[in-house]
Amino acid sequence: MSGSHDTEHHISAYKKVAGALAVLTVVTVLASYVEVGVALGIVLALIIASAKGSLVASVFMHLKDEKSLWLTGTLVLTVVFWFVLMLIPIMGRMDNIGTYKPLPNANAVPYVPH
Amino acid sequence: MDNVTTADEHVPHAEHGHDGHHELSFLQSYVFSLDHKVIGIQYAITAMLFLLLGFTLMMIMRWQLAFPYTPVPVIGGLLGQNNAQFIAPEFYNSLGAMHGTIMVFLGVVPLAVGGFGNYVLPLQIGAPDMAFPRLNMASYWTFFCGGVVMFASFFVPGGAANSGWTSYAPLSVIATEGQTWWLVGMIFLITSSLLGSVNFIVTTLQLRAPGLSFMRLPFFVWAQLVTSFLLLLAFPPLEAAGVLQLMDRVAGTSFFMPAGLVTGEGPLEISGGGSPLLWQHLFWFLAHPEVYVLILPAMGIVAEVLANNTRKPLWGYRVLVASVIFLGFMSFIVWAHHMFMTGMGTTMSSFFQTTTMIISVPSVVILSAFLISLYSGSIRYPVPMLFALAFLPMFAIGGLTGLPLGLTAPDLHFHDTYYVIGHFHYVVAPGTIFALFAGIYFWYPKATGRVMSELLGKIHFWGSFISIQFVFTPMFITGLAGMNRRLYDGGLEYAHLQEVVGWNATMSYGAWALGFFQIFFIFNFFWSIRNGKKVDDNPWKATTLEWQAPSPPPHGNFTSPPEVHRGPYEYSVPGADKDFTMQGEADPAKA
Amino acid sequence: MEIPYTVAERPDTGVNNVKLGIWLFLASEVMLFGGLFSTYVILRLGGTDWPLGSDILSVPIGTFNTAVLIGSSVTMVMAHASLKLNQFDQFKKYMGLTVVLALVFLAVKSYEYYDKLSHGDLPSATTFLAIYWTMTALHGLHIIGGVVVNGYFWGPGSKMFHTKPEMFANRVEAAGLYWHFVDLVWIFLFPVLYLL
Repeated sequence: MSGSHDTEHHISAYKKVAGALAVLTVVTVLASYVEVGVALGIVLALIIASAKGSLVASVFMHLKDEKSLWLTGTLVLTVVFWFVLMLIPIMGRMDNIGTYKPLPNANAVPYVPH
Repeated sequence: MDNVTTADEHVPHAEHGHDGHHELSFLQSYVFSLDHKVIGIQYAITAMLFLLLGFTLMMIMRWQLAFPYTPVPVIGGLLGQNNAQFIAPEFYNSLGAMHGTIMVFLGVVPLAVGGFGNYVLPLQIGAPDMAFPRLNMASYWTFFCGGVVMFASFFVPGGAANSGWTSYAPLSVIATEGQTWWLVGMIFLITSSLLGSVNFIVTTLQLRAPGLSFMRLPFFVWAQLVTSFLLLLAFPPLEAAGVLQLMDRVAGTSFFMPAGLVTGEGPLEISGGGSPLLWQHLFWFLAHPEVYVLILPAMGIVAEVLANNTRKPLWGYRVLVASVIFLGFMSFIVWAHHMFMTGMGTTMSSFFQTTTMIISVPSVVILSAFLISLYSGSIRYPVPMLFALAFLPMFAIGGLTGLPLGLTAPDLHFHDTYYVIGHFHYVVAPGTIFALFAGIYFWYPKATGRVMSELLGKIHFWGSFISIQFVFTPMFITGLAGMNRRLYDGGLEYAHLQEVVGWNATMSYGAWALGFFQIFFIFNFFWSIRNGKKVDDNPWKATTLEWQAPSPPPHGNFTSPPEVHRGPYEYSVPGADKDFTMQGEADPAKA
Repeated sequence: MEIPYTVAERPDTGVNNVKLGIWLFLASEVMLFGGLFSTYVILRLGGTDWPLGSDILSVPIGTFNTAVLIGSSVTMVMAHASLKLNQFDQFKKYMGLTVVLALVFLAVKSYEYYDKLSHGDLPSATTFLAIYWTMTALHGLHIIGGVVVNGYFWGPGSKMFHTKPEMFANRVEAAGLYWHFVDLVWIFLFPVLYLL
């Protein structure tokens, strides 16, 4: 258990994070009105959301001070498998099934007998 | 809990020293118990009943396969009007789907994880109970509700789910009402597994007795720990998929329904735009780790029984632990080898073919370590050892026949044939279920204070071992000949199968013989509760902590808090006065 | 024997049972929502076109709800911090606020649902609405669960503070971790559904 001094230190961090989250929420809404195209828009929104998410996880959920290797290890493992899960849509589109693909030797020099 | 005290119940108070102890009512001790041992037994009994039910469904199916279009004898009258003449095709499909579902989700997993995990794991790590006893009880009753929903689905209009245990969309989305029940039942079962796995991991990490470091854990505990991580991380995507399919069926969404679907009744009125492949991805993201959920606890049980009956340490303990962790990790990235035939593309197929070949390595390492453990041991052959020994070749057959399935080219031929059925049944039936039998015979004296009858056990073993070969070996033959699974008449209508359809009857006789020999087990199981030979706390002369507790262990498990001084398998230590040294025994040199 | 490490940290793992348990549960929740986000991406990539969220959903309402949920997360950490400082009245105030803010979120969400229903925008209409309804409803169920738990700790459960303050603080911390996770999911759901 941390002492009351630590807790007061935490509270000031909570207030800063609360401010940052409010600012980032406004930023992400404003950014969505800027015409940057769909792809860049998605990237921007996800970067801002990840920043907000990291703040919540590290400060509010105290992951910043977490020392238990079992706990952090489990979370790392979860994140790894989460990414595997998120690969499913990409994997489904890997081979461009149905699109024309030239055979590797299609442009080879034809064999001419001497 | 209420402080219920009844005067006429006789409980020796001296044994329960700690404050706040009070006697429990019947409901609290046997129905809504918080004791991990009672919950473990509840799990085990429920799971065994479901195993029997699942097996019965299969024995009915096998009648249609052996003698197509003839009335089912004896129990034919119970199957309803539609099946009076012969088993109706849609009922056959229900039987198949529910056999798979019940065996996997309501039989083997609850017995291996819920039953053995709950009963044995806290004892083996020297814990007074599971970390969260109330969560444990909730987990059992959620499982029970799931079982009730699944069972009740047989009686809804259209019968139980009939789209296979894999419930592939879009067929499952347009199937009869039973599928909705299946999904609701699955959501219950998945929730139960999640609660259970959280509890197992916390218990294993937090409640180990003093001195029980990770490299002193019995292999069974390692297997359960890895299994729990698989359940924890692999089950939720299926829960998501189950919710999505439920939405497709109930709310009319199109998550798994592509546009332009046409059935026999014309085009479907759906918005479309969904992906049937997505269901398969999400399903197998769970269901491949699920295969390891089935096999890892079995390996754990076999390890315990082997070390105990060879009277020598398990060979390569560290290698075994490393392998089981690696196996658990890899099991998350092999799932699409079930989907080579879906047209997902060669890049993907090559990747998953490679990971599948890699995952076979740790399995072989584990099996080899078990084999080497037998070398130069002075082996005893009690019933649990017979089952554990049988596990080795049976799992080897199951595993090795899986290799061709993991390669894309041969899988084109084998996919969805009886070869696949033979392969995974060799892993699960004479593999896992035999190991579970070994576990039941092995830990029965701990739970009851008596051993099961040796003679009946041997009849059960040899009868089952021989008859089960007649069930599954012919499947490789018919599968290689191209007989598809899920054929209602066993392939009678196909010209290319005429030479092999005869095997169907052989397999059916094998299955019924297998059923007959289970009677010996059922009788033995109940008869021995009262009439088995009484034994002391450690009848097998084993080393792990559960044998240090009284049989049956009281509430709180140990008479004095155990302390661990050595590794789990100290058998035949040179210079020791007996051929086993228990983990809790203090070092005589230091004492 | 009592179950050890319900409150104290186990030295070799560095956590107590409750904290480890809730984190494991959250790990499984990550995978649950991961499956749904994966579904969203697959549907979006597979569709011939995809609507702009802001054309269908109201961004101001969504932004308001985001602010409400973030606010409730802040009051939640303050409630836990008050317990650490032994200020029970402050705890009651912040925990009560957390529950009220969660109820505000649910009320606003219900209004959004009602608005959609009255315009016939059911889940079956389009794939976008299907994933919108499913994800927000599942998230909403998590909110309801959080309200029940937090309400319990605010009301009848808070008696424990006077008997076992440390255990109570632990439980509130676990409830808080869950609550922040629910907030975290919304932080991703909001831009994905409303803005992109």
